[in-house]
Amino acid sequence: MASVASKLYSDDVSLLVLLLDTNPFFWSTTSIKFSQFLSHVLAFLNAVLGLNQLNQVVVIATGYSSCDYIYDSSLTPNGNFESSGSGMPALFGSLLEKLEDFAAKDEELSKEEEHEDRIASSLLSGSLSMALCYIQRVFRSGHLHPQPRILCLQGSPDGPEQYVAVMNSIFSAQRLMVPIDSCYIGTQNSAFLQQASYITGGVHHTPKQLDGLFQYLTTIFATDLHSRGFVQLPKPVGVDFRASCFCHKKTIDMGYICSVCLSIFCEHHKKCSTCGSVFGQSKLDDVSSVSNKKRKAPDT
Amino acid sequence: MSNQRKRLNGEREEDDEEDAEGIGEWERAYVDDRSWEALQEDESGLLRPIDNSAIYHAQYRRRLRILSAAAAGTRIQKGLIRYLYIVIDFSRAAAETDFRPSRMAIMAKHVEAFIREFFDQNPLSQIGLVSIKNGVAHTLTDLGGSPESHIQALMGKLEALGDSSLQNALELVHEHLNQVPSYGHREVLILYSALCTCDPGDIMETIQKCKKSKLRCSVIGLSAEMFICKHLCQETGGLYSVAVDEVHLKDLLLEHAPPPPAIAEFAVANLIKMGFPQRAAEGSMAICSCHKDVKIGAGYTCPRCKARVCELPTECTICGLTLVSSPHLARSYHHLFPIAPFDEVPTLSSLNDSRRKLGKCCFGCQQSLLGAGNKQGACVTCRNCKHYFCLDCDIYIHESLHNCPGCESIRRPKSVSLMEE
Ligand SMILES: [Zn+2]
Ligand SMILES: [Zn+2]
Ligand SMILES: [Zn+2]
Ligand SMILES: [Zn+2]
Ligand SMILES: [Zn+2]
Ligand SMILES: [Zn+2]
Ligand SMILES: [Zn+2]
Repeated sequence: MASVASKLYSDDVSLLVLLLDTNPFFWSTTSIKFSQFLSHVLAFLNAVLGLNQLNQVVVIATGYSSCDYIYDSSLTPNGNFESSGSGMPALFGSLLEKLEDFAAKDEELSKEEEHEDRIASSLLSGSLSMALCYIQRVFRSGHLHPQPRILCLQGSPDGPEQYVAVMNSIFSAQRLMVPIDSCYIGTQNSAFLQQASYITGGVHHTPKQLDGLFQYLTTIFATDLHSRGFVQLPKPVGVDFRASCFCHKKTIDMGYICSVCLSIFCEHHKKCSTCGSVFGQSKLDDVSSVSNKKRKAPDT
Repeated sequence: MSNQRKRLNGEREEDDEEDAEGIGEWERAYVDDRSWEALQEDESGLLRPIDNSAIYHAQYRRRLRILSAAAAGTRIQKGLIRYLYIVIDFSRAAAETDFRPSRMAIMAKHVEAFIREFFDQNPLSQIGLVSIKNGVAHTLTDLGGSPESHIQALMGKLEALGDSSLQNALELVHEHLNQVPSYGHREVLILYSALCTCDPGDIMETIQKCKKSKLRCSVIGLSAEMFICKHLCQETGGLYSVAVDEVHLKDLLLEHAPPPPAIAEFAVANLIKMGFPQRAAEGSMAICSCHKDVKIGAGYTCPRCKARVCELPTECTICGLTLVSSPHLARSYHHLFPIAPFDEVPTLSSLNDSRRKLGKCCFGCQQSLLGAGNKQGACVTCRNCKHYFCLDCDIYIHESLHNCPGCESIRRPKSVSLMEE
């Protein structure tokens, strides 16, 4: 793919696509307020833009019922740091305005449905897909482009119903050689983000103290891809490889797999709901009978 | 340009038997690229690169139509767990040099590429290698899921000796494949360079035996069509083809990489119990159950008995659970849930207004769709989410991403019910 070859150019200029979790159901449960969180993030974005004048930042909001672009530094004219009257740098002016619009619209949409008791997930699969489309466009733009990477600032729990879509995005990012960094600020751990960072060669981190978020962001996630070779970044403390079953969208670490299409189920079914195969009624509940047969064959 | 081509043809005739590629390296760059064909004249007589995007997109739409037409009738049912033996004929015919530098080297090179591609497209599948030399079939590697070990064995000793024997190879492979679990697809892919086969017995019987054991045998010939190979493929439901040159050989081989349409009777569908182990932290220390040794560094933990294993996929040595890496499985899921082709939006005026309302940017990449200059805003739309996309995103979404960004950006509980139907 041409895009891979072209990556040799300008390897310390970054395009940072930030996926910002704005799920209101998550933010109503946290110790830190969304506005405080946002001030850490904006300072971080400013730092990234300040590191290299060619650096570019794109922000996509990951909402509860929608996703949208809320900021693109390549669209605002130079002079990001000048004040625009309201006392806010122009950069943040447009970002906050769009974010407010987005949050209002997102809330409007989420009112339409009743939601469950547990904290709902946000639409990570949507914002990841959009980020990759944007990056693909940057690759198309010619040989000289910044090095893209994605940073997920996520707090909502994984949405098991997004499993296939999230995995598809991860594999596409891997093929494009775009690392997905992830900073998880929620309470459980996120199998999606751990796998995303592990597979794409990005950094995954779970900050312990959210009031120091800015420091975590700048010391870990501001590092451009070129410098990552020289910097000690946090090593993964294990990767959660659990999958989601196709029947109930539950996260599972053990399950049944259809031998024809590889669909995952949490319990025994007579028929595969994905491909329609009817399963033989041999005692293959457990794989042991097969494994005995297999063991006769030379070691695999 | 025409001068150059004529000269090339002339040269070819002079030493055609000797070497069909008798052109200098520097010339070949031009012949292969045909860079002049990518130019066109504009109104003022200046040379400009041709705008290929419309052509690419049309080609892509055609590919997509063929694919979706094929998928529409049947539910997607593919044999995703495959047990494939690759048989390579290293008899003296493999030393011939009609393929450069030799048939043997070319076969090895493209089988290597094929093995990598195969494991990418067929998680959980296994390959074994068999070679024919001196009229005898040898097992190079047993069935296994690691590309590196196969490639190493293949490249180990390249030599071409003696006669070839199709029957001996089939007997050996049949013996191996008879032991694989019944849910697996049993396949044989033979790369045959000889024009004869020296067999100890009746090969027809062997072919019937293979047919009975549901071995799907395919042959790629390197010299000319042979009746016995064709017969073998017809009987067992495989593909028979003869490569005319290196590029053709490569294409023929790669045709076997995607999973073949499963024929219900060929493998019994089954539910297999599997575990998805967690990967342990880098630098953690544990005693692995596979090597019975202290290992520092990442390993995987069996979710049922918590034993540590070093590599996936494997079978837990303690409790026997099949352990796989779930991302490995997930790689093939886009086959199962393909996204519907996008509809082309008729260009210009009539729709211009409604489009302006819906947003003038591609929903995926934010590129303007009211494109100034060449194509007046050609775009496509998704039937489900009604968002508009540019042609480049259309291709990217269907051929690499396999998600519609619009549909993924809408909360819909319906995906759950869709699965339970
Ligand atoms: Zn069920
Ligand atoms: Zn289930
Ligand atoms: Zn199935
Ligand atoms: Zn071990
Ligand atoms: Zn175990
Ligand atoms: Zn686009
Ligand atoms: Zn859509």
